[in-house]
Amino acid sequence: MLRKASGVLTGKQRKVYLIAGGVTKFAKAHPEMDFRLMVKKAYDYAMKDVPKLKAKDIDHTRISYFSDHFARQLKAASMVQDFLGLNPKDSRRIEWGGATGGHCIQAGWETIASGRGDVCMAAGFETMSRVETWKGNEFIALASDTNFDYPNGGFYTGYYALMVQRHIYEFLRKRKFADVRDEKKAQRMAENEAMRIMAMISVKNHTNALHNPYAQFPVKLAVQDALKGEMISYPLNRPSICTMSDGAAVLMLASEDVAFEYTDKPVLIRGVGGGTDTMRLADRPHGSVPLFPWEDEATYESLDYPGVHSFRAGRSAAIEAYRHAGIKDPLNELSFVELHDAYASSEIQTYEDLGLCRYGEGYDFAELGHPFMKGIDYGMKLEHQGTIPVNPSGGLIASGHPVGATGIMQGVFALWQLQGTIGKHFGDDTQQVHDAKLGLIHSHAGTGSSVTVSILEAVR
Amino acid sequence: MKKFERFRDVMDEIKKSGAAIYKSPDGSDNLVILYPYSVSYVHSYAQDSRFFLGLAEGKLLGSVCKECGHKYATPRSHCMECGAETDWLELPKEGRVHSWTTCYFGSEEFLKETPFNLVLVEFEGVDTLFMSRLMKAKQDDIYIGMKVRAAFRKKPRYLVSDVYFEPAD
Ligand SMILES: [Zn+2]
Repeated sequence: MLRKASGVLTGKQRKVYLIAGGVTKFAKAHPEMDFRLMVKKAYDYAMKDVPKLKAKDIDHTRISYFSDHFARQLKAASMVQDFLGLNPKDSRRIEWGGATGGHCIQAGWETIASGRGDVCMAAGFETMSRVETWKGNEFIALASDTNFDYPNGGFYTGYYALMVQRHIYEFLRKRKFADVRDEKKAQRMAENEAMRIMAMISVKNHTNALHNPYAQFPVKLAVQDALKGEMISYPLNRPSICTMSDGAAVLMLASEDVAFEYTDKPVLIRGVGGGTDTMRLADRPHGSVPLFPWEDEATYESLDYPGVHSFRAGRSAAIEAYRHAGIKDPLNELSFVELHDAYASSEIQTYEDLGLCRYGEGYDFAELGHPFMKGIDYGMKLEHQGTIPVNPSGGLIASGHPVGATGIMQGVFALWQLQGTIGKHFGDDTQQVHDAKLGLIHSHAGTGSSVTVSILEAVR
Repeated sequence: MKKFERFRDVMDEIKKSGAAIYKSPDGSDNLVILYPYSVSYVHSYAQDSRFFLGLAEGKLLGSVCKECGHKYATPRSHCMECGAETDWLELPKEGRVHSWTTCYFGSEEFLKETPFNLVLVEFEGVDTLFMSRLMKAKQDDIYIGMKVRAAFRKKPRYLVSDVYFEPAD
């Protein structure tokens, strides 16, 4: 449990801003570019956006990639530094599973907030096309306990399916279908209901990606199409799962002293948070919910938490980030969220972790249309469309998930949203969230074993 | 050397001949080779060893904290709650499905075993769960709360998969 007052985030740190970003188009494979050239392209794009920033002004670099197995090159970050011509500046590699990109941004924040430097590059990449998909699944599964989890099947989609099955049981079976006496029948009804709502999220994210030129899978889908997708690990089917990608993303971070010299539209990193949980799903405790200050213990009296149904790391990261940013009502204060939807199920679970709704309300929250964009035709009737757009970029499901780049990609898209420059960078402003003031980015590693939340604010 | 405009064709070709050229949409020629890599690790189970030896004797061993009494369905030589040393705890053979899934796809190593079921098993009076396979059950048969019983491989491979579960009813 987090203590009430954390010594780390006193608000006395130097203010840190995002000033520019770049992303390569995420794709199944980029055989015409190695990882160095991918980062270079994203880097050049970012530098071109702030022409007053020169390479000599960059004090530090933090470079992230997830897997040495995909890279088949240890110290690959050194080769990026080298290729960009940034030696002999201070640099290091950041790795923290699926949350690698989110941690890389926060490492950049720490570098500047501490006063160590004024400008820091956060860059990330992954080249997952270098092995077949099933081998890639094996590499990713090596980020589960290799003694106790991996030999049972070594498959991350399976682990997330175990988590959502319990989530469905806790929050649909025990509530919406509480009256159904036949246990197995009730569970099947609840699973079907969850699959229908996950299909809605798949449609939302794929539709959002139609207007994002960097996205890997922009496609117009109907809920019926998404429901018919090939079953991968029950109840998760192909349209509700992200795939593997090649890609790179770069963010430039700057201190308040210099940020406004480079751009008149810097975006403030107003809060950062992180959280962790046990590596083995099996070891997750069954205790009580870490509460936001506005929540009441009585709300979750009968809920064993986190068990395997929720991400305690995500909740802990949100508590820290909201406290740091002074957020008391995320649903109304945040303009949009870019969260780690490696699975449509984890998008629903994450609404609850982030306090966009209470635990147990995630399915209704999606079904009512709250996380959809306003003004876009998703081919379904949504009662409260667009309360808080979640994954206006298309998220991981439709943009792609080159692990080390993913969290940084979210940061780049959020930067452009808050600058109001989506139209400029996407060549299409359909996905621009109108008058975006505060954005949240959420980066998540292996079954929720570590999560970061960062809060970004427009200052224009 | 063979040249292809589809990367899938390049991947198929290099498995045969070891090298091929990918002509990308930007017009460039990219040489692609097959680069094998394999390794065998010397792997000690160290403080968890008794768990794996236990499986070979048909026993499922968890841990119980000597200080606070917290019971784990996996080996943890030190308690996650209080940090104290734990004792070994023999778990019941029977438990219930806490959560489950049927996998139709997976890692290369386990592809030939698909579809297979993964379960998290809960045991009466034990505070945490155990991940395993559920055999002799199809997707439609499985539900949360279902009684399951541990079974053990006759010839141990000293892997966690030496134990698996079967329906108990
Ligand atoms: Zn203890």
